[in-house]
Amino acid sequence: MSMTVATPLAIDLREVSKSFGDFFALRDLSLQVRPGECFGLLGPNGAGKSTTLRLLLGLTQPDVGQIHVLGLPVPGRALEVRARVGVVPQHDALDPDFTVVENLIVFARYFGERGAAALRDPAPLLEFAGLTHKRDARIGELSGGMRRRLSLARALVNDPELLLLDEPTTGLDPQARHLIWERLRRQLASGRTILLTTHFLEEAERLCDRVAIVDHGRCIALDRPQTLISTHVERHVIEISRPPQLADAPVPVARAGERIEQIGDLLYVYTNDAALADQWVRDSDGCRVLRRAGNLDDVFLKLTGRDLRD
Amino acid sequence: MTDRLRDGFRFVPIYRRNFLVWKRLAPASLVGNVIEPLITLLAFGYGLGSLMRTIDGVPYIAFLAAGSLCMSAAMASSFESLYSAFSRMHVQKTWESLLNAPLVLRDILLAEWLWAASKGLLSGLAIVLVAALLDISRTPMMLLTIPVIASVGLCFAAMGLVVNALARSYDFFNFYFTLVLMPMIFVSGVYYPVAQLPTWLAGVAGLLPLAAAVDLARPLFLGAWPDAPVVSLAILSFWTIGALWLASRLTARRLRV
Repeated sequence: MSMTVATPLAIDLREVSKSFGDFFALRDLSLQVRPGECFGLLGPNGAGKSTTLRLLLGLTQPDVGQIHVLGLPVPGRALEVRARVGVVPQHDALDPDFTVVENLIVFARYFGERGAAALRDPAPLLEFAGLTHKRDARIGELSGGMRRRLSLARALVNDPELLLLDEPTTGLDPQARHLIWERLRRQLASGRTILLTTHFLEEAERLCDRVAIVDHGRCIALDRPQTLISTHVERHVIEISRPPQLADAPVPVARAGERIEQIGDLLYVYTNDAALADQWVRDSDGCRVLRRAGNLDDVFLKLTGRDLRD
Repeated sequence: MTDRLRDGFRFVPIYRRNFLVWKRLAPASLVGNVIEPLITLLAFGYGLGSLMRTIDGVPYIAFLAAGSLCMSAAMASSFESLYSAFSRMHVQKTWESLLNAPLVLRDILLAEWLWAASKGLLSGLAIVLVAALLDISRTPMMLLTIPVIASVGLCFAAMGLVVNALARSYDFFNFYFTLVLMPMIFVSGVYYPVAQLPTWLAGVAGLLPLAAAVDLARPLFLGAWPDAPVVSLAILSFWTIGALWLASRLTARRLRV
């Protein structure tokens, strides 16, 4: 059935379904991630992103479907897979009783042979995390950004071929976020494969070669970020904040070549026609207007809807 | 075969991790696991001992010390497998990180079990040592209480892991301590002979792991052989193996692995 290829896919999910009771976490999900690729998994809360990561690590079993990671079947050979994968969990599960360097050393021991180099000399990992000067600091003394960098460094103690990152920059300020992005690009440059989940669509646009948008356990779109944008969203987006006295006014009727949406007191106009866009900006005198290019956010909201997911 | 062997030792770095944390916090831990039971022993032993002199022909402090070996081992290993293991499992998410490494839940439970038992052993050993130093008892046979203390640690560590798997918060452990452990201590012959209890209660108590341990440890501590060592060992093993089995089932269900 499958072809023999020189390098196996880093991740190969085929028609995987997983339910918990009568809740379908994943339905018929198929994903292929190529070696060296940075792949983004986007989706609202509860879409099945975390379940996907757990399945890839063999921490939970699929109801149906096949999973291969680094060419090995999961959960059958999950331990061999985990020995070659680095995981950055959503909440930095660092050891508060240990110092920075001890966190790396203690974790390296769990990997046996594969952690031996980091165990012998954790200095390169400290340097990578930018925490050489904090080597003997306790976790409680670190900022959020430092902790995330340490989590990332800790995920590298086994020199993994694949990195799984669950919302790597959630809760970080912009400086810290950019620093993490820079570190992740270094990992990609050194040939590692990355799968990340994120809410930050800007993150996906900047880092990912391809993204999958997952909702209600299904993959509803999968492509390069720019392709998704050009396929699903018009080139120009005008956000018009209507003054309170106009908030109840009817939504203007869309003309040919434009699409209009009202959410709260915000009017969204989407169009490929630059002249139309100019006109909207001129006509909206007195309102607060933002004119921008279509982005992944628009794709995401268009495909998954604007309802709050809790 | 060598793979099997290596797999069997995957728990070692986890055990070592717990040991490293303990080493760092050792002073506070020693006060709780060693000094506290010693103070209780000396206060009750010499205080009540001055009123009672002897029980079954044995000085009260020696009678109590033999029970305290088991009690302090039971308490120390329970504390570790409840509060400390719960904080690693639930609060600090240490177990979650471990499962991202090439380790399975069995490795974690094995490490936690042996680690909690080690703390019980340490606590009981301290009493043996002090008893010898203070001349409460000085028979070479008291060294045979050491494997008994270790068994108590293993048994109560396993039972603690069962409760740990069921707990929603730290408060849950109050039920276990107040409704299970405290009554067990009072009916297991630690402070006074089981013969003082109503017959039916003594019968029930005889099936409890702590009573079985005291039945083993007390004669050995005082230089005699236990009456029914096989029965006592069987009771201890039953509770230990049963609790281990239940703990691994319940924990797997809790963590959905």
